[in-house]
Amino acid sequence: MTLLNTLASIVSDPHLSPKQKSNYLALEAEASLPYVAVSDAVTAAMQAGIICDMFEGHAPFKPRYVLPDYAKFLRQGSAHLELAAATDLDEAINALIILYHHVPSVTNMPVYLGQLDELLMPYVDGVDEQTLYRKLKNVWIMLDRTLPDAFVHVNIGPSDNIVCRTLLKIDAELKQVVPNLTFMYDPATTPDDLLLMAASNICECNKPHIANYPLHASAFDAKGFGIVSCYNALPLAGGANTLVRINLKQVASQASSIDAFFEHTLPTYCALAYELIEARAKFLHQESHFFDSFLVKEGLIEPSRFAPMFGIYGMAEAVDILLGNAPISEQMSDKPSKHYGHHDGANQLGYRISKALDAIVKSTPVTYGYNDRALLHSQSGISLDVDVTPGVRIPYGTEPNPVAHIQALAPHHQYYTSGISDILTIDATVKQNPEAMLQLCKGAFNLGFREFSANVASNDLIRVTGYMIKLSDIAAFKQQGSRTNTTGLGAEAAQNTGILKRQPRVAALELTPSYSE
Amino acid sequence: MSKIAVDEVAVSKMAVSKAVMSKVAVDKVADRKTTEREANVHRSSASPLANVSQILPFSCVDGPGSRLVIFLQGCNYSCKNCHNPHTITPCDHCGDCIPACPQAALTLDSSGVKPRIVWDSQRCNQCDACLSACSKQSNPKTQQYSVGQLLAQIRINLPFINGITVSGGEASLQLPFVIALFKAIKASPQLSHLSCMLDTNGSLNHTGWHKLLPYLDGAMVDLKAWQQETHNYITGRDNHRVFQSLTLLAQHNKLYEVRLLHIPGISDFDHEIAALSHYLNQLPESVRIKLNAFHHHGVTGEAAHWPNCHEADIQQLATQLSQRGVKHLVLPSVYL
Ligand code: SF4
Ligand code: SF4
Repeated sequence: MTLLNTLASIVSDPHLSPKQKSNYLALEAEASLPYVAVSDAVTAAMQAGIICDMFEGHAPFKPRYVLPDYAKFLRQGSAHLELAAATDLDEAINALIILYHHVPSVTNMPVYLGQLDELLMPYVDGVDEQTLYRKLKNVWIMLDRTLPDAFVHVNIGPSDNIVCRTLLKIDAELKQVVPNLTFMYDPATTPDDLLLMAASNICECNKPHIANYPLHASAFDAKGFGIVSCYNALPLAGGANTLVRINLKQVASQASSIDAFFEHTLPTYCALAYELIEARAKFLHQESHFFDSFLVKEGLIEPSRFAPMFGIYGMAEAVDILLGNAPISEQMSDKPSKHYGHHDGANQLGYRISKALDAIVKSTPVTYGYNDRALLHSQSGISLDVDVTPGVRIPYGTEPNPVAHIQALAPHHQYYTSGISDILTIDATVKQNPEAMLQLCKGAFNLGFREFSANVASNDLIRVTGYMIKLSDIAAFKQQGSRTNTTGLGAEAAQNTGILKRQPRVAALELTPSYSE
Repeated sequence: MSKIAVDEVAVSKMAVSKAVMSKVAVDKVADRKTTEREANVHRSSASPLANVSQILPFSCVDGPGSRLVIFLQGCNYSCKNCHNPHTITPCDHCGDCIPACPQAALTLDSSGVKPRIVWDSQRCNQCDACLSACSKQSNPKTQQYSVGQLLAQIRINLPFINGITVSGGEASLQLPFVIALFKAIKASPQLSHLSCMLDTNGSLNHTGWHKLLPYLDGAMVDLKAWQQETHNYITGRDNHRVFQSLTLLAQHNKLYEVRLLHIPGISDFDHEIAALSHYLNQLPESVRIKLNAFHHHGVTGEAAHWPNCHEADIQQLATQLSQRGVKHLVLPSVYL
């Protein structure tokens, strides 16, 4: 499609809102500019799908993720925004909401809304519980309706406080997609009953994600960090200037042997990824004038606290390719297998790859980085990825039981400073037993997990007395049984008329970074 | 680690294929006498090994918190509604299932006094053809575990669990082993914080309970029907023992949960609601009353024609019970 045709189909797309159209038009405009200058080798690797810039655009004029120092902002107000320092809860909430609309990101949505309990606690003196609940509930509803992106992220914890508890309560009640929520857990400060509240929330609505606070905190300096977007841990008052990711599946299929992979193929493609990182970060920092922003002038972000994220994905396929295993399928997952996630030998090769990546990332300087380095990241995928598993995850549908799942992946977690998300699928019976969720979370942290994310609602596996069954198997059976009557017609109509195709109000823009009809 | 993974999915597969398990194979055993099976079961013999059909490293429905569950092979009931009929009988090593295995994973080891079936877990692809081939409601893939081997398994999962539950089959049929296991857990400083629970049909006698009680933290007991005849019709046994067990456990504060399996039109809880409620109300308040919904999964024989229990059926029963003052009702989180 030519550019003009694409623009025309965007503006007349029946399923997009005007705002969504503006976004896609802007993306297409940026994509029509020449790409930042890179070598032919980088271009070839990008075209081959081995390294990928996450469709961040040809000429990066805003960082991928921005984590402003909201506490400083509340304390000092803003000359640019003509706001005085906040003096009470209403002013604090109002000021934050104003600033949210000035925090850019790759999707134009603020992916980090701050450590909200810590931010608001100084202003809740004298506010009674009911009033606090009402005000925070309104904030929650407002965030969901005005920043409709699943990656907009709030942090709470690890300390026990009234804002934290109230937000957990509201989040479980409203069950909204936005904001995404991370609860920081620190065994030294978080009481068990607060962690249990978070665990109960997961059973209710698959939120919050629980972050291993001491582990994350030790990876960053005293100024702190935040969990943003899709479980990315980044320096506070900074962020990520760019994210470039390597498709390990493709890298592995270029390697003639395991030795060749470690000695030659992997380092080669990492070097190309670094070239792309440098080119993109240089454009952002030197050409785009982003860092002339009031966010920098007023000290809410510092250019030196932005790091490139060095992402990887397709670990599962890479390991299986290197070991000569046939691709794993859902049907095979219930058999003993030599595959990644299921076999100790395969898992060990995976850890070795993570360790090698860690060594590369820790020893490779970048011009614009956190302590002059990029940060390693286990990247959780975009909708265009086909037949390649996010990050270091075990392929969807083939995951072992939650304990074996955690045990298989835990040794990776030490390496992925800027985030690693492994989603544990827990069968729906956990809903009546949040203590089990809590114990699972503690077990995971005990083994070195950085982030605990569990998925209950979409779980297909369910325990029946002594065994697991798949709800979809039952559904398929029930459907077969009802083929002869008319129940199938409704579904067919939906398929053929596209009535279900309307874009949801709440999107996940990072997952679908470009326009497609 | 990978063994555990395999164990669990193995069972998931088992469940699926059981649904299509030959009705003929099961009908053949339907008239087999309960007593004949019990001769094989050795409730009283002090066996150092447990006959284990499966270990689940993580469960949230078998007692408080997160639990490792050990399923023992062998049951003394013949419930028509059994979802796991191949766990009923201990394998007698007849070898009849060997030719059915497409992977040649089953062999007969005749080197000992008695021949033994040997299952090669590496070759097995969990097709469950052996289960269909067995005419005795057994399973050649059960494994013998010593207390030490189970403790090792528990240690691997230690950070993830609040306790262990021994289930079945009927767990109390291997009572000496259960006692030895619980005793070892309570004696280990590393493991003593784990709660030890038993999942049972309540058929254990007083003497048995008294041997177990010092090491038991709590029990989940199935009450399969209120009236004698109904209980007999469903399980092939009467329910005097069950009531005795419930009373004894309640007295000792070891009754964690009573489970009522609702089979609309078959079980009698709805018809006997007044008597049932009265009975449940005298149990300690802490006892959970768990309502389970009957479904067809894995069920063979005449029970496959019984009606499924839907959410509405459970809701109705729950309403009837709570109207009569029964508290602490726990309803299913999922209906099949
Ligand atoms: S599983 Fe059944 S058929 Fe096979 S050896 Fe045991 S009793 Fe015989
Ligand atoms: S499930 Fe039974 S029949 Fe199938 S491969 Fe395993 S041992 Fe053989």
